Amino acid sequence: MSQDVNSDLSRRGVLLGMGAGAAALALMPSVAHATREEANDAFAKLTGGAKPQAGKVTLKLPEIAENGNTVPFTVVVDNPMTEANYVKAIHVMAEGNPAPGVVSYFLQPTGKAEVYGRMRLAKTQDVRAVAVLSDGSAWEGKKEVKVTIGGCGG
Amino acid sequence: MPTPKVKFNETAAKGEILEIKTMIDHDMESGQRKDKDGKLIPRKIVNKFICTLNGKELFHAEMHGAVSANPATNFFITATESGTMEFKWFDDDGSVYAISRQLTVN
Amino acid sequence: MKTSLIALAALFVALAGSAAQADPPFDPKDPKMAPYISGDKRSGYTFAEPETRAMQDDEFLNPASLWVEKGEALWTKPDGKANRSCSSCHGKAEDNMKGVGSVYPKYDIHAGTVINLEQRINMCREKHMAATPWKYESEPLLAMTTFVKMQSRGMPVQVQIDGPAVSYFENGRRFYYERRGMNDLACKHCHEDNWGNHVRTELLSQGMTNGFPTYRLKWQKLGSLHRRLAGCNEEIRAEPYPLGSREYVDLELYLAWRAQGLQVETPSVRK
Ligand code: HEC
Ligand code: HEC
Repeated sequence: MSQDVNSDLSRRGVLLGMGAGAAALALMPSVAHATREEANDAFAKLTGGAKPQAGKVTLKLPEIAENGNTVPFTVVVDNPMTEANYVKAIHVMAEGNPAPGVVSYFLQPTGKAEVYGRMRLAKTQDVRAVAVLSDGSAWEGKKEVKVTIGGCGG
Repeated sequence: MPTPKVKFNETAAKGEILEIKTMIDHDMESGQRKDKDGKLIPRKIVNKFICTLNGKELFHAEMHGAVSANPATNFFITATESGTMEFKWFDDDGSVYAISRQLTVN
Repeated sequence: MKTSLIALAALFVALAGSAAQADPPFDPKDPKMAPYISGDKRSGYTFAEPETRAMQDDEFLNPASLWVEKGEALWTKPDGKANRSCSSCHGKAEDNMKGVGSVYPKYDIHAGTVINLEQRINMCREKHMAATPWKYESEPLLAMTTFVKMQSRGMPVQVQIDGPAVSYFENGRRFYYERRGMNDLACKHCHEDNWGNHVRTELLSQGMTNGFPTYRLKWQKLGSLHRRLAGCNEEIRAEPYPLGSREYVDLELYLAWRAQGLQVETPSVRK
């Protein structure tokens, strides 16, 4: 089940002599995808060095993204939003994209710690979100998304 | 010319938690796509979004090329004071798209 | 002939077994789905993942609403040598465009042919506003078409196929059943015989048109039916026709008849 749907698709595309799937992939830039290490480094920069602990952060994403160009997501952080203790930032990252950074949200002690957005995913991968709290601690959640069609091509 | 769209409960009770929904039409050209001749299409995205109330920041977002076209950014605030909510989107090319709304808190 | 059979079998059989994708949850008895079904007909909505449906349902999540607002603004904006706006003659769109989009394409006595909504709007621009027609697939034409069509939201698609429309309808039907392209496939092979199956990794719907113009996640843009048709032609490596061409308008009429009874969903959101 954890197979890469995209490479699977291109293999089939070639096997079947069906141009469209392979052609769509050919349109993708020949940029290497980010590694987990790169993502970790990027996160470390954003969190000011704090090592993220697992917990508090829930990433809501479709099990199957119908198209990688537009994947809706919600990040919910289980934490108050008071002056004394609030979520200062939420960073969203897609490890399997050519560049891992998607978006960073910066919050104030107001409302609740929940944001909605839409992102591009180049292939099936883990999406990660790290929340940085006002006390400097960092928390992480992640979710695997299966991408039917990569977010590239016309 | 992009035209932003914003929606929230503009008359709210003090202490009420409001969802702020925003959207703007923009291609968000990621800088990673190639044109038909194989040349990289230069990046042109909205790289920043900010929401203020009476000049005080409530929320901001820093976006990268992986944000989908026509970005939607939804978040929550607590209704504490009446005033002018300002929403601004910053384009790579220097353009700023802005919209404002009155919030009335009883 | 033989190769096309092999291609077909490979397309649908080999891939139907793919574990990579499951059907989106769909319960025909779910009352929430009732507006999207009419007899045997199912809107593309019923084939979409829940997140995609949620995006369509909420005006403030549906990105197409950005174009609807542009259409609304254009409705009252004077243009052309006559310096008139749509509202100068048609008043409030909410009142006077209700039930208009749902009956297009239709035979127009002034044009002397079957035209679609885009062409009707452009006729008004040329004839009644002395303005240049909007280019097909341009932002203003998409925005206005969506704005007008949306006034029929919830009303059943209802096109006339008899009288002067007969020959156009027959042309459209012929197009639908004609094999074309290097894959030698007709629309029918995918949307009539194989809906519910996967072609490559894509779940096939019945190819209904009641949601157009549509916001496609893939395009990240609002687009017309004709753009979609060109895509479906290219998909099977057949030469697409120009957007707004006679061929596509006739096909659009046939497709509207296929979707007859389904409610107008414009602007829909599809993968
Ligand atoms: C000077 C008046 C005038 C203006 C301005 C005008 N129209 Fe029209 N429109 C008409 C008339 C008259 C008809 C119907 C008669 C005909 O067939 O020409 C019509 C018909 C239509 C129809 C078809 C109605 C039906 O029941 O089939 C649509 C849709 C439409 N107009 C849209 C528009 C839009 C959109 C605009 C602005 C871009 C516009 N019109 C501007 C006069 C106008
Ligand atoms: C090789 C298979 C294939 C063929 C042949 C094909 N299509 Fe499609 N079509 C698709 C796929 C895949 C989709 C996207 C998923 C879906 O809605 O079925 C699609 C989508 C559509 C849609 C959009 C449905 C919606 O809900 O928005 C329409 C309309 C459509 N096709 C019409 C046609 C017409 C007309 C033809 C013939 C000219 C045709 N298709 C030929 C595969 C095909």
